[in-house]
Amino acid sequence: MHIKIDDIDFSYSNAPVLNDITLDLEGPQFVTILGPNGVGKSTLIHCINKVLKPTRGSVMVDEINIDDIKLKDMAKKIGYVPYASTDSFPLTVIDTVLMGRSPHSGWRSTDEDLNIVYNVLKMLHIDDLAMRSFNELSAGQHQKVMLARGLVQDPEILLLDEPTSNLDIKHQLEVTYILKDLARSHNLLVIMISHDINIASKFSDKIILLRGGTIFSIGTPQEVITEKNIKEVYGVESNIIDVDGHPHVILKRPCDESV
Amino acid sequence: MTGRFTDLYDNEKEIFSYDKYLSKKAFFVVICILLSLVALGLEVSLGKADIGFIESYTIIWDHITGNIATDPVGAQKDLIVWNLRLPRAIGAFMVGLILAVGGAAMQSILKNPLADPYTTGMSSGAGLGAILWISLGFCLIPSLYGYNAIVINAFVFSMVPTLAIIAVSKYKQATPTTMILTGLGVMYTFSAVTSLLMLLADPEDHKTAYMWNIGSVGSITWDAIPFIFIATVIAMVFMTYMAKKINILAMNDESAVAIGVDAKKYRIAILVVVAITVALAVSFTGTIGFVGLLAPHLVRLFVGSDNRYLIPASAAFGGMLLLYSDCIAKEIGATGLPVGVITAAVGGPLFLYILFRHKNKIWE
Repeated sequence: MHIKIDDIDFSYSNAPVLNDITLDLEGPQFVTILGPNGVGKSTLIHCINKVLKPTRGSVMVDEINIDDIKLKDMAKKIGYVPYASTDSFPLTVIDTVLMGRSPHSGWRSTDEDLNIVYNVLKMLHIDDLAMRSFNELSAGQHQKVMLARGLVQDPEILLLDEPTSNLDIKHQLEVTYILKDLARSHNLLVIMISHDINIASKFSDKIILLRGGTIFSIGTPQEVITEKNIKEVYGVESNIIDVDGHPHVILKRPCDESV
Repeated sequence: MTGRFTDLYDNEKEIFSYDKYLSKKAFFVVICILLSLVALGLEVSLGKADIGFIESYTIIWDHITGNIATDPVGAQKDLIVWNLRLPRAIGAFMVGLILAVGGAAMQSILKNPLADPYTTGMSSGAGLGAILWISLGFCLIPSLYGYNAIVINAFVFSMVPTLAIIAVSKYKQATPTTMILTGLGVMYTFSAVTSLLMLLADPEDHKTAYMWNIGSVGSITWDAIPFIFIATVIAMVFMTYMAKKINILAMNDESAVAIGVDAKKYRIAILVVVAITVALAVSFTGTIGFVGLLAPHLVRLFVGSDNRYLIPASAAFGGMLLLYSDCIAKEIGATGLPVGVITAAVGGPLFLYILFRHKNKIWE
């Protein structure tokens, strides 16, 4: 599993979103993308899984330019867990997750597909929800179902768009822990967008900090989460303390306000 | 590196109960088909000539097996059943099926419970096509006259809303909502032109024009059946084959692409197939409203929104619905009440009743 992004730009009509992004991620690990709203985090992820096409530059997955990989083959390599949403016509949990098997199966779903779906549901401890309607679930359950759908794609790389944004603190920790554990125990390259600096810092092997459509800083949590970086990227004064070897941010105030 | 999640737990019990859950849905389809067969006999037995319910099946069976009655009364009954009533019944079932399958597919791919062949203007194209001939004597193929001219006009104009939707989605990034609104815009334009042309029409032709606007299966003959049959086969085969993709299109487009389905491409392809099959159906019946909207929603109450079952169940239910509606139309309107009136009059209140009574949310 190897993602190599070479100098890409992306713009919506005339509004540039990403500039000169170059990135090389290889091997199983847990990577978090941090940055303020509108900085291009989701756009970057969508440039990796072919939802969007970069206006310049190239994205290689396992040394192949993604322009030359069919969508269906991409879906076998890269799983995607969207920002939580409800569907207009909700299916049951089992049928929702089963859709993730689509790149591997043909017209019919096989017992093999079902077996994998139930395995993942059990692994995430949501097998009791299998026959419930997707839209009846709580936000935490939603997120786990979406995660399950991404996992049954059986990808090597898993992309997640703010998987913890709607969750209470227990579920935030739980979902992030699962992701970290998946990266290690199932050899996945997990790339997650997050707004929670402390959770990112506690769990990530690597953090990518975006500002204005470019990579401002990339490295281990210790390297990236500094008072100076938080100030320059988020415009927030903070204290960074050390908790169990991970940097932990204590927020103080916005820099440009007289608060 | 495949099969990370293949061998973790023993799921035999769960897979068995999932299969059972699916067979319940299949059971609903079977029930609808059986009820349609009942409706077939009912439809054939209704009318001026007195033919019994059971007798209908006997006459059809005798005709198929080449056992046609030779006595004058029997021969006449055979003629009435085989040449007049049976094509109408078969036609009604297939047209209902096509509209319901089209509605089910459109609601999912456009992610909107209001989408159906009627609201997106496909059906109203048939009404306009008809009035163009009736009022102005205009046909797109100048050598055609009468009924054939109407059918050709109706077919072509039924396709116009879809062409408009495709044009809009090529021209700019069109969301499913934009696509529905485009269809709606075409529908209102068509309705306005139709109303205007009604004023110009000879008052004697008003009844015919009215029939095409409300939709009637009364003019379906054996000549029309092959076309409607082809449309039925296309609709069933294509949509059943696409059912899983239709499920995926009902999610957000990013998720669809990430699962390997090019959402925009498939949405247009499915829309085109709906348009062609619906156009083939309504060009023989005129604008029949409500079946395409109502049938999928009623069916969702029983089988849910999974298109692998929603599509066949809507097909069976839609066919059944139009067949029973036509039975009612025949029974209370001896002079030829258009079935479209019944689908709306019965379907509307029934729809509201179920909407209020049903606890489970079937759409958001």
